[in-house]
Amino acid sequence: MNGTKLAPRDQGAPDYTKFLHPAMARNYGKWDYHERIRPGVLLYVAENGDTLYTVRAGSPRTMSPDLIRKICDIADRYCQGYLRFSMRTNVEFMVEDEADVEPLIEAIKTELGFPIGGTGPSISNIAHTQGWLHCNLPGTDAAGAVKALMDDLIEEFENERFPNRVKIATSCCQINCGRHADIAIIVQHHHPPRIDHTNMQICELPKVVAICPVAAIRPAVVDGNPSVEVVEEKCMYCGACHGQCPSMEIRDADTDTLSIWVGGKGSNARTGPSLMKLAVWGLPNNPPRWPEVSAAVRRILETYKEEGKDWERVGEWIERIGWQRFFEKTGFPFTKYHIEDGPQAMWTYNRSTHVRI
Amino acid sequence: MAEKNQGDNSPDTKELNTPLLDELEEGPWPSFVTDLKALSRKKPQVAQLLNQLEESYEDRWNYWTGTVLNVSGYGGGVIARLSEKKDKYPDLAQFHTIRIIAPPGFVYSTKALRNLAEICEKHGTGILQLHGLTGDILALGFDDEGTFAAAEDLMENGWDLGGSGAALRTMQCCVGQARCEMACFDTMKTTRSLTNHYISLLHRPEFMYKFKIKISGCANDCANAMIGADMPIMGTWRGPMQIEQAKVAEFIDEKGVEYVIDNVITRCPTRCISLKGKELVVDHEDCVRCMHCINVMHKALKPGKERGITICLGAKRTLKIGDTMSSVIVPFMPLETEEDFEKLTDLIDRIWDFWNDNSMDHERIGEFIARVGLATFLEGVGLEPDPRMVDRPRTSPYIKFEELAPGPFEGEQKQEPPVWNREPESSESA
Ligand code: SF4
Ligand code: SF4
Ligand code: SF4
Ligand code: SF4
Repeated sequence: MNGTKLAPRDQGAPDYTKFLHPAMARNYGKWDYHERIRPGVLLYVAENGDTLYTVRAGSPRTMSPDLIRKICDIADRYCQGYLRFSMRTNVEFMVEDEADVEPLIEAIKTELGFPIGGTGPSISNIAHTQGWLHCNLPGTDAAGAVKALMDDLIEEFENERFPNRVKIATSCCQINCGRHADIAIIVQHHHPPRIDHTNMQICELPKVVAICPVAAIRPAVVDGNPSVEVVEEKCMYCGACHGQCPSMEIRDADTDTLSIWVGGKGSNARTGPSLMKLAVWGLPNNPPRWPEVSAAVRRILETYKEEGKDWERVGEWIERIGWQRFFEKTGFPFTKYHIEDGPQAMWTYNRSTHVRI
Repeated sequence: MAEKNQGDNSPDTKELNTPLLDELEEGPWPSFVTDLKALSRKKPQVAQLLNQLEESYEDRWNYWTGTVLNVSGYGGGVIARLSEKKDKYPDLAQFHTIRIIAPPGFVYSTKALRNLAEICEKHGTGILQLHGLTGDILALGFDDEGTFAAAEDLMENGWDLGGSGAALRTMQCCVGQARCEMACFDTMKTTRSLTNHYISLLHRPEFMYKFKIKISGCANDCANAMIGADMPIMGTWRGPMQIEQAKVAEFIDEKGVEYVIDNVITRCPTRCISLKGKELVVDHEDCVRCMHCINVMHKALKPGKERGITICLGAKRTLKIGDTMSSVIVPFMPLETEEDFEKLTDLIDRIWDFWNDNSMDHERIGEFIARVGLATFLEGVGLEPDPRMVDRPRTSPYIKFEELAPGPFEGEQKQEPPVWNREPESSESA
């Protein structure tokens, strides 16, 4: 920066007290209850009777500065210049007066084209990863798959028709920075990494060897140069080495597929948090709209909507009806690949005679 | 068709050619493609971005490689990307993301948000993602110079860079007391205080691997901490929950007694709720603060008055040993006073010291605890074992009881007083 004075470092998290809607600031820690007025609109009532209507709108997450400004215009006009974003990339506009709710919704729909919803037992906006737009590892895109899926599921965003809320997530490689969710879409690779021996960074070799979870990578000399080799029977195609070293290419445009996992839950309400489990595998990685993925997700959702009882999340519903009936009812095959392997596997077998016959 | 120019908007790179992406303009959900296309009229590099993305869609292949770029004084916060097609798309030769620490609870004034958009547009494409899964604001599309200039400008305006690499990561919390009646402590304040207390560790990677802290005001975990953070800090309470029986009766009148039985009584994980007429009775000693009954009857039920936090450790996604979940490390501690906060940071310091001194490269804390065992870990950080930390005691009988092994010289067990009948150590944690 040619000796120019540097800006202050290490300032940390912004002072949120400057960013609170006045009703939030006044009633901080003094909220009494909330109500879902209708899908996408929540009413928060404070101890002193103050009201705060929150309108939740689905955003595309990746936004141009002009779109951000349009969002700000609406918040300036209706929300005293404040707004917030939810964890799942929804924009939340807040007004104190019920009379402002309708015009606000109108403005969001016409000026932004954002749908209103994502509250209560609906499908919320999909938390997703970077994909082809900006990561160095992806086997598929995230934003595009999510756009296509939400096009298909928008009615379920705009209505509250499920037993409980449904969170969906995507990951575009086996590192899986996407979350555990009620339903998640993941990339699968199907062969060991291809090694570019000409491009091996020798300094990184010990790290590449160390990162393999199953110790399948060992140092080797190839064509007189130090490199590595992969013990193919051991390798489980996880791609950990690819994250460490770009010369270990795990992706394959011709053979990578997508799989669907169900029953993840972070909340502690009722049952404790749970990890998601394999439901469907071998779906084609089919841009630009991934229709096979949408169809499979929809099939699971329709069955859950039909069969789940009030308050049951997807995983809780399946726990109650059992996996046998989950596969029966959704019509997806249960295969040998659905059975856990590894040292903990035996704890996942049915260790009782409790069997639905 | 390779362009070897300096990225001066020659017509070839500016022209959009995106038949596959165009299909993502269809449908009712807002389309990032439409939005970015509009931006590409102002910012030629965005046209190149879309054209490269189109090639990814066409080839099912990715064209970014990673590299390292640091802003002066920082060891992270920039996710540096170089295009493998830089000959064709010269403006993507350097195309970095800056992670910016978001305001806790993701609250903004429009003034702040406009300021952010303006700075990022001035020095880069201005594309913002609100927010990344890391909890950061992600600003996309800066070359090296633009990254440095944007960082200075951002910091001049009170923004700071987020974490990346083997460091403390940007923290994230639910909206908490700002707008939620369920919140058992001040999540936003805790997030900001912890962030600023540890800001140096967030900016300069010193850990064996990444460490994420996420903070939820209650067990509903809107911040996705339990399965998304190395350290979830979760709101809870001690003693009885608050019950307003008049509102219970109203609820029963409105919804019917069957609804309450099916959706409240039988869904309580510890079966500690019962109905006496139109009165709800909760055996608070067996209540595990799961929040379910409060979610259903939130006008009638509220968390108890003596509030605090439960601290867990260990969640992460798949790499390397498979997905792990967090488990309880501190069942309860209050978090109201300066002193409480110091106790919390003292514990975090001990956890980090023990982890970093003893873990292997790339070993997240959950993997570390899985390897050394929870018992060893507790000893290492100076916490007493507590039955609330486990689902059940062990089933394997092969145990090395230190107290019962005869010493090498004296040849006697240390049975004074008898171990099976000792006073329990205080279970007041932290
Ligand atoms: S899931 Fe993998 S490819 Fe996708 S953003 Fe995360 S690391 Fe990158
Ligand atoms: S893909 Fe995974 S298992 Fe296979 S060599 Fe790489 S790190 Fe090891
Ligand atoms: S985690 Fe609890 S306190 Fe925080 S927003 Fe969700 S319900 Fe409210
Ligand atoms: S909070 Fe959960 S455990 Fe406690 S009484 Fe309510 S349902 Fe039962």
